[in-house]
Amino acid sequence: MSDLSRQQRLRKLVQEVAGKPAPEDEQESLFESGLLDSFALPDLVSAIEKEFAIKVPDSDLNPRKFDSIARMDAYLADHM
Amino acid sequence: MPAYLHAFGSHLPDRVVTNAELAERTGKTAEWIESASGIQERRWAAPETSIAAMGVAAAESCLKTAGFPTNKIGMLIVASGSGARGFPGPAAAIADRLCLLSVPAIDLPMASAGSLFGLALAMRLTETYGDILVVASEKMSPLCETEPLDPNTAILFGDGAGAALVSSRPGRWRMLDAALHTDGQYREDLVCDGTSLRMNGLTVILQAARKIPASIEEVLARQSLSAQQVTAFLLHQANLNLLTRVAKALNVGPEKVFANVQRYGNTSSASMLIAATEWADTNPGKGPIVFSAFGAGFHWGALAADSAD
Repeated sequence: MSDLSRQQRLRKLVQEVAGKPAPEDEQESLFESGLLDSFALPDLVSAIEKEFAIKVPDSDLNPRKFDSIARMDAYLADHM
Repeated sequence: MPAYLHAFGSHLPDRVVTNAELAERTGKTAEWIESASGIQERRWAAPETSIAAMGVAAAESCLKTAGFPTNKIGMLIVASGSGARGFPGPAAAIADRLCLLSVPAIDLPMASAGSLFGLALAMRLTETYGDILVVASEKMSPLCETEPLDPNTAILFGDGAGAALVSSRPGRWRMLDAALHTDGQYREDLVCDGTSLRMNGLTVILQAARKIPASIEEVLARQSLSAQQVTAFLLHQANLNLLTRVAKALNVGPEKVFANVQRYGNTSSASMLIAATEWADTNPGKGPIVFSAFGAGFHWGALAADSAD
């Protein structure tokens, strides 16, 4: 289940890491759109861990899980 | 029985390939290539230059620095992941060219983490086999030059070779401990099939950015050392942006992470020993040093050493 405030927090994190506004469409790929590159991804995961006080295990370090606001939201819904 | 690192050596081909040259062939700009990788140029070997020839040159450089006779080598370990031939690997050819005609010569076809695994194995095996020469030699350019050039990989890689002499005889650095790991579930994310190379950069960088610092902290914790106590980190030179992130994750200044990827690109398993050679040549002083690498497999780990005197 999506969480609007969680999505807003994720959008803010993406904007901080990318240095550009996050997409309005929560399904949009952050990597295919060019908003984030491979080196921004570790920073984004670290920012998510800090913001939501979770530890993403190495086994979950799959780029697909962090490809869009919606996918990050779904991951957090399963792990919080 | 303790093990020691005595010397390093390296060999780089003469031909310099600039970002401007690759920009024309990949449709990228030279500025984009440097921004994405930190690489300004790399060396590509001549078509007739073999992995074994570069490995021999690095081995001879190492033995000259060590002042050690080739015929006293008790074992040869050769890391190389870029050879087109399945078997025999380059270890046999390098042993032959060094006139080592009866000592065991072992291939580690592991790509980027190969020299780290070679050092760690040599640390354990020197008690039995005596002086062990670890060589890493890679010819990545043929993989990069497959047309059409893949801008995600062609810009990254270079050719070269490195070597290290490991012995139970007291030497310059005492080898303390090593942590080695493999996670095969990512084996398809970085693959060389002998003629081309494909890489899932997102997965590789995400995993490397976590696993390199974690393995360094693992081996340092076992030695009751902190990252701040380390004199230098000698890492696989994959990408300058990754080296910078490793320094940040370890909470050390970027100057502690030796970098020459700007001039040579990513030379896979050879890069860590080429970096060690150049670092050692700078008369770097004393204190703990840490090697670390991450690469296809995924294989990764770290090895700590300290000044012996």
